[in-house]
Amino acid sequence: MNKKGFWMFMFLLGMLLIFSCRDDDDEIIPSVVTKVTPSDSVLGPVKGFFLLNEGNMGSNKASLDYFDYASGEYHKNIFPERNPNVVKELGDVGNDIQIYGSKLYAVINCSHLIEVMDVNTAKEISKITVTNCRYIVFKDGYAYVSSYAGPVLIDPNARLGEVVKIDTATLQVVGSCTVGYQPEEMVIVGNKLYVANSGGYRVPNYDNTVSVIDLETFEEIKKITVAINLHRMRVDRDGLIYVTSRGDYYDVHSNTYVINSKTDMVAGTLNFPASELYLCGDSLYSYSTEYSKITGKWTINYTIYDTKMRRVVSRSFIKDGTDKLIVTPYALAVNPENGEILVGDAGDYVTPGTLYCFTPRGKKKWSVQTGDIPAHIVFTTNSLQYDR
Amino acid sequence: MKFITLGVLILLCFKSGNFLRAQNVDSTKMYHIDEVDVSAPRVRKEVIPVQIMEGKVLEKLSVHSVADALRYFSGVQIKDYGGIGGLKTVNIRAMGTQHVGVFYDGIELGNAQNGTVDLGRFSLDNMEAITLYNGQRSAIFQSAKDFGSAGSIYMTTRIPQFIGNKKHNGKFTFKTGSFGLLNPALLWEGRLSERINASFSSEYMYTTGKYKFSYRKKNGYDTTEIRRNGDVYALRAEYGMFGRIINGDWKAKIYFYDSERGYPGASVREEPGKFKHQDRQWDTNFFLQGSFQKHLGFYSLLINGKYAYDYLHYLSDPRLDVSTMYVNNHFRQHEVYFSSANMFTLFPFWNINVSVDFQWNKLNADLVNFVYPKRYTTLVAVASALHFERFKLQANLLGTFVHERTKVENGAADDMQEYTPTLVASWQPFQTGDFNVRAFYKRIFRMPTLNDLYYTFIGNIYLKPEYTNQYNVGVTYVRVFDKRCLKRFELQADAYYNEVSDKIIAMPTSNQFRWTMVNLGEVEIRGVDVALQGSWRFGQDWLFDTRVSYTYQKAQDFTKKESPFYGDQIPYIPWHSGSLILNGTYKSWFLNYSFIYTGERYEASANIPENRAKEWYTSDFSLSKNLSWKRVGIRLTVELNNIFNQQYEVVQCYPMPGTNVKFIINVAI
Repeated sequence: MNKKGFWMFMFLLGMLLIFSCRDDDDEIIPSVVTKVTPSDSVLGPVKGFFLLNEGNMGSNKASLDYFDYASGEYHKNIFPERNPNVVKELGDVGNDIQIYGSKLYAVINCSHLIEVMDVNTAKEISKITVTNCRYIVFKDGYAYVSSYAGPVLIDPNARLGEVVKIDTATLQVVGSCTVGYQPEEMVIVGNKLYVANSGGYRVPNYDNTVSVIDLETFEEIKKITVAINLHRMRVDRDGLIYVTSRGDYYDVHSNTYVINSKTDMVAGTLNFPASELYLCGDSLYSYSTEYSKITGKWTINYTIYDTKMRRVVSRSFIKDGTDKLIVTPYALAVNPENGEILVGDAGDYVTPGTLYCFTPRGKKKWSVQTGDIPAHIVFTTNSLQYDR
Repeated sequence: MKFITLGVLILLCFKSGNFLRAQNVDSTKMYHIDEVDVSAPRVRKEVIPVQIMEGKVLEKLSVHSVADALRYFSGVQIKDYGGIGGLKTVNIRAMGTQHVGVFYDGIELGNAQNGTVDLGRFSLDNMEAITLYNGQRSAIFQSAKDFGSAGSIYMTTRIPQFIGNKKHNGKFTFKTGSFGLLNPALLWEGRLSERINASFSSEYMYTTGKYKFSYRKKNGYDTTEIRRNGDVYALRAEYGMFGRIINGDWKAKIYFYDSERGYPGASVREEPGKFKHQDRQWDTNFFLQGSFQKHLGFYSLLINGKYAYDYLHYLSDPRLDVSTMYVNNHFRQHEVYFSSANMFTLFPFWNINVSVDFQWNKLNADLVNFVYPKRYTTLVAVASALHFERFKLQANLLGTFVHERTKVENGAADDMQEYTPTLVASWQPFQTGDFNVRAFYKRIFRMPTLNDLYYTFIGNIYLKPEYTNQYNVGVTYVRVFDKRCLKRFELQADAYYNEVSDKIIAMPTSNQFRWTMVNLGEVEIRGVDVALQGSWRFGQDWLFDTRVSYTYQKAQDFTKKESPFYGDQIPYIPWHSGSLILNGTYKSWFLNYSFIYTGERYEASANIPENRAKEWYTSDFSLSKNLSWKRVGIRLTVELNNIFNQQYEVVQCYPMPGTNVKFIINVAI
């Protein structure tokens, strides 16, 4: 009896050991295709758009979505299945996405790299390490990437940012230029690159300048004092640059400023807050989500500023009440062909967001679930190929 | 030493069977549990679900910290950031880590700053017992704070015990193994006089924190990396005195802990080996605490007092790691605590207790725009206990009064007063057989932490407390057999329903880098906890103890009705989890096998494939041998943990170690 009991114990133990062998490999998460709108014949060159979801910091959940105008299909999370061998997928915090030539560039902030993909397949061509990279612009075969991580000098708390120059043929870093503190968005006008310095890590000593870089010499030639905590930048057809200030979240509110690129001086203040800008023709679309630490409340605005007439022409471009459903507007783009407005809602940042498509008149056309924190949109003139 | 005598083998057989065993109505008496008491265990029907692990059991489990041991309890989820130095916090019945009160030798370990205690920092070296109560400790003669958490963990350190005429006990332990672990510990106990004993316990720990981990995808990538910057240095020293007086006793303790650790950070995509991750944290914790109790006929008095100082320094320096930005923050916390509990025995079957606690907290930090908060908390508890032979009833009402002040004018949150009740009952329906039914209801809250209220940018002074309501029904059953292999069998099963409302969560403001705290979140938890335990004997020499625990939890997020994820399981709570411990003794050999299972769960409140986390289960083995040489007892142990080298994560992007080993030598005189 006793012996039998003992062997029963050993048997149970053995069973456990066998049971303990787990198949360790996880599945690659496939994309989810949703038909959000009827198929439509596409006349103009824009065939679709890519949307880069940031993913919450430290969660490695940056993801890439694609919408195809011809089929009306939204493809959520296309990167892993097309790039099964890319270790840890797209990475941590997608901060910018742009197309240049036949390549799609995704700036992955907390992975410190730029993922370079074929724009037709979204398959990886290469990746370029740029520490704490933020945004990317292009000119004459070169990419320029703003980065918080400039050279570290004696005072570690006074670390300037830089703009890194990348040859788009070789995909190698070929130079860097030190600018202000924590540089954000950039625009290029002629042979000059303008970068908005935020100084967001130096609270309360925010930076308040735009650095001007001469692209011939790739040196900073000037700093234009604008306002604290600068972020977004757009340039219109007349060479006027629109730059936003985030304020300090207390007393100093967000505002939008204009720089004249001929004189490199501040030409005016537009007196509307803006968290994001999108320029389509002469219409400068913006939304602002301003949170006040003093009142503990959010204020959300959707504004259109006409750059020709130089005045605000709309204080709410969402007309059908959908704006009440949008918790945290985080992405904004306007299709240059049909004028449809895309607004991404990041919600609570830790669950999937929603992308809304509005008609030019501000009526909701469709909406779809995205990845976490839908944030950056780029239109493509090449349909994404389906063969993986 | 005790553990090498045959008597102790018998003791092990019974004594380690205390998983479900409980304390007296007066739980403060647990400090007087006699280690060499070999009489048959008296089974006390606890009115509140309680789980205990005591010295001998803890010794045999191949675990390092209190957090690791708590994984074997049912209804408990540990958030573990990996490695010996990684943060480990406890979540009881899915209500959240900040609802757990952690008590060290009877007095709560506070952390007014962020409300959680890192249980990975408490080693088991000098631990006598770890006890977990759902609701509250089922005594009424206790401080008001003991009534003040939704769930409580009591860590009880070793009390000096002397056999015969011995005047001193000494113990030296050395542990080494994987992760470059060096862990010597020293314990001395002395009899200072007939009525006063003292003990000194000290421990040093160093680990490189390095380990390999892999991520693999089917038909995709396969990568193996090394966890870096997880090194920890820690020093702990404590000195305690224990005195006896007529009809009472007193004790005092001084505690010091100092550590430096690296943050390995989230394991996210980046160019392998490019960035060093060099951010570090230094902690110093000090406390002085004392306790006194005396029984005078129908009146009993318990006084507790404490002063604590906690220092935290965090540094992230781009000179060491180019990818980071410069952050250099220092936080200093002070706490003063005083409590008086007064129990009146009106009739032999009826006790009434009135407790009044006062606590003062202060937080200093070199953050921009910091308001330097101070918190004054007064707690008043009135409790009543009725105990008849087969029926027990306890009820209490806790009043909490909080007043805060800041250096900056108008910077403080409003005063707050809350009254919260608890009702506990237990009933033995049959005259014979040890079968009991119990139930409790408890409403309690957690205060917003000082970080929730005042952290620059993130804090929100308009926060309300976060409430929990708990309803629990359960049974306990114990049976002792004389003639079978199975000597003893215990069962405890509870079903519960919890609500968490006004949950304090972080909400982003206008961008990812700016969050704020808000009262938004409703969670409903339905669960079942089951724990089974058996003691076995085969032949003359084989003794086995088995314990199995199982937890089912359906913890749903009912925050936002419009959300497509309304009603989804909350993050990191598996539906199924469980553990198994097999403990064998053969003469002077000890074998332990322990198994932990955590089922599928989600890493975010959206239950979609992207957030799915795979189940994991680990198997740990340990083998010990006791030797004696003259009057010196030596114990040698080998541990083999995660023997199947399972690669898993408890927290997203924080990989856990694979197979690892540990060697322990223990010398006692």
